[in-house]
Amino acid sequence: MKKAIITVLGKDKVGIIAKTCVYLADKDVNVLEISQTIVEGFFNMIMIVDITNTTCELSELACGLETLGEEIGVIIKFQREEIFESMHRI
Amino acid sequence: MITISEARQTTAMIEEENLDVRTITMGINILDCADPDEKRFCEKVYDRITTKAKDLVKVGEDISREFGVPVVNKRISVTPVAIAAAACKTSNFVQIAKTLDNAAKEVGVNFIGGFSALVHKGMTAADRMLIDSVPEALSVTERVCSSINLASSRTGINMDAVARMGEIIRETAFLTRDRDSLGCAKFVVFCNAVEDNPFMAGAFHGVGERDCAINVGISGPGVVKRALESVYEEDFETLCETIKRTAFKITRVGQLVAKEAASRLGVPFGIIDLSLAPTPAVGDSVAEIFQMMGLEHAGAPGTTAALAMLNDNVKKGGIMASSYVGGLSGAFIPVSEDHGMIEAVEAGALTLEKLEAMTCVCSVGLDMIAIPGDTSPDTISGIIADEMAIGMINNKTTAVRLIPVYGKKVGETVTFGGLLGYAPIMPVNQFSCADFIRRGGRIPAPVHSFKN
Repeated sequence: MKKAIITVLGKDKVGIIAKTCVYLADKDVNVLEISQTIVEGFFNMIMIVDITNTTCELSELACGLETLGEEIGVIIKFQREEIFESMHRI
Repeated sequence: MITISEARQTTAMIEEENLDVRTITMGINILDCADPDEKRFCEKVYDRITTKAKDLVKVGEDISREFGVPVVNKRISVTPVAIAAAACKTSNFVQIAKTLDNAAKEVGVNFIGGFSALVHKGMTAADRMLIDSVPEALSVTERVCSSINLASSRTGINMDAVARMGEIIRETAFLTRDRDSLGCAKFVVFCNAVEDNPFMAGAFHGVGERDCAINVGISGPGVVKRALESVYEEDFETLCETIKRTAFKITRVGQLVAKEAASRLGVPFGIIDLSLAPTPAVGDSVAEIFQMMGLEHAGAPGTTAALAMLNDNVKKGGIMASSYVGGLSGAFIPVSEDHGMIEAVEAGALTLEKLEAMTCVCSVGLDMIAIPGDTSPDTISGIIADEMAIGMINNKTTAVRLIPVYGKKVGETVTFGGLLGYAPIMPVNQFSCADFIRRGGRIPAPVHSFKN
């Protein structure tokens, strides 16, 4: 399974998760795990997703999410899981 | 599976602590471009670079996007031009420098290194021609970097070349006087230069290398500083362990990026350079690490010990994290590129002499130091000779990158911009070494036993 980590950061408002998930569903990206908190009005979410079946180029997916973030007014970052694996696992 | 807290730690390193991959540098062999006809040589070199590196910038940007880690610079190093162009029938190598500059612009890299000569024992006619061409080459090009190896632990110090360097540096400063002598920031001299260094200005593709290789320079002083914040009250054992663990994590990112870049470009992976390279940004400074260790400023008593410990533990942590470690690997202490160093100079805590002591234990040498524009060539050569001696005796790489800023005096400031930063002009010892430098010849190779 190929995985990626998506982080979303910004001022809380209606529909952040909804819009992000609709976008991901559209690209055949499956959400595996979500951790989300709101601290003093700031929305902070990390999602672990499965990108095995996506037909999208990964850099295109990263750009698309960044643009979506700009539309919603939050920062969305897409990163392949290998960077976390290599840093935290020997 | 990666836990959410691990994911948060990694993103914090990138977002808040300036973790980045400082450079992906493609080393390209141009030895087989040799041709007596200079024009033909330039064409072959241009074609070689623009073919091999045509996708370098795109691949760097793609990787940066997919892994979410900035890849700040994409660069190229070539075989030392004094060797590759030795057969050219020409009177100077400026046209070759222009060719390198054009090739760099064509593929979109911000620096190209290798306008270099290796003269640690003696100079060939081509070496001499290259050295004579350096000032003009650096003034008419934008992205070309030049380096000269003047000494080695095996051969001693070529003092004729050292003497010439003072003049070359002053001339380069003069020719680029309209840009605060910026040309000197693209020129470095070495003792024990390494063949796979990805960092500028000293990168060149050594003659012991294969046709093409990807070398990656990592960075992350901010990450080390942040990690040390949490152990401020602890003893040295904990301090060293923390540096090692952090260096390991940073290096793993570099290793991943290097492997990925090498496979996408179809080029063998060369080495990871473990250097902690600062930038002028706040929170991306080696001097701030010293402060976090308990020193008021870089340069305070204890700084050399702190740097030795930092350098050694970065290596210990990093070496296990990468399959091939090389380059300069350690901690850089450039002055103008590190805002904590600049502050230390302004506060009077850091002097040229203390920096020299620090270079005995850092990974490179006197780096990006602005000195008065009227510093004599002999004095510049004297400073270089001292630094070469440290490298030669201690079997380590040392380097000198001084900028005698034309028309400026102690107390003034010079701004280079970008990653090169800004610096206060530092005072230089005023006593003469002219008769010493004027002797000429070579300092013989040192004894490799009786080490005290």
